[in-house]
Amino acid sequence: MATIKDNPKDGSRNMRMSAKLNGEITEVKMVINHPMETGRKKDDFGQLIPQHFIQQLSVTLNGKMVLEAQWGTGIAKNPYLTFRITGAKVGDKLETNWVDNLGETGGGETLVVNSK
Amino acid sequence: MQRREFLTILTGALAAMLPINALAELLNQTWNKSAFEATKLDEAIKGLNISTETPSKDIEPSKNIEIVAPDRAENGAVVQIEITSNITNTESITVLVEHNPTPLIGTFSFSNGALPFVITRIKMAEDSDLKVIVKAGSQYFTASKKVVVLENGCG
Repeated sequence: MATIKDNPKDGSRNMRMSAKLNGEITEVKMVINHPMETGRKKDDFGQLIPQHFIQQLSVTLNGKMVLEAQWGTGIAKNPYLTFRITGAKVGDKLETNWVDNLGETGGGETLVVNSK
Repeated sequence: MQRREFLTILTGALAAMLPINALAELLNQTWNKSAFEATKLDEAIKGLNISTETPSKDIEPSKNIEIVAPDRAENGAVVQIEITSNITNTESITVLVEHNPTPLIGTFSFSNGALPFVITRIKMAEDSDLKVIVKAGSQYFTASKKVVVLENGCG
């Protein structure tokens, strides 16, 4: 199960996230290491690679939900996401959690910083 | 031990290790299997349960949804899209690609001060309309943009 090794569960290495405050708006960006396999691709031996994709993701600001996403296999490999929130201050905590179709979970957290 | 059992135990153990309420909340949600596994655009939209609140014919085309996507995508495996809803009280943005093997790409729901705006990267199997559905209260709005795909991105 190489995929499990590729996706450490400690939340420290499997994603990168930043949150930058500019005026009223905080821009949150993230990249998650995940294969997002559709189940339709074949490996070098002609065998189908099983589906492996993130199904649900949530982001909280100081514990309050700001973004909830449901994904299918059509999100590109190593999912990338940018979104914007209002009402956040420097030092506020953003936390992301995801779960995939194999029941693997991951996530990360970051603090809001000033963009300048 | 069966692989599935192993994964179940593993997941349980990992979930127990993470003292995160948000994760518990996440695991309590239901992934919309029927909509995500639908192979036709209409079926995927039907699976979003829009018809139970308003008839699907009530999904209104709207100029208040901005879609930024390439006219011609070099590589269908990674197509960056940016969607902004200027519709008051937007709750969620759903993205579909009509000609993908499974058209429903994802749904993004915003709350507690999050703006109805998202940039993400998607897969496109071939030339297709990119279709966006915005939910605002009990109303649904839609917009679409044609994207030409030069190299197939689905596998």
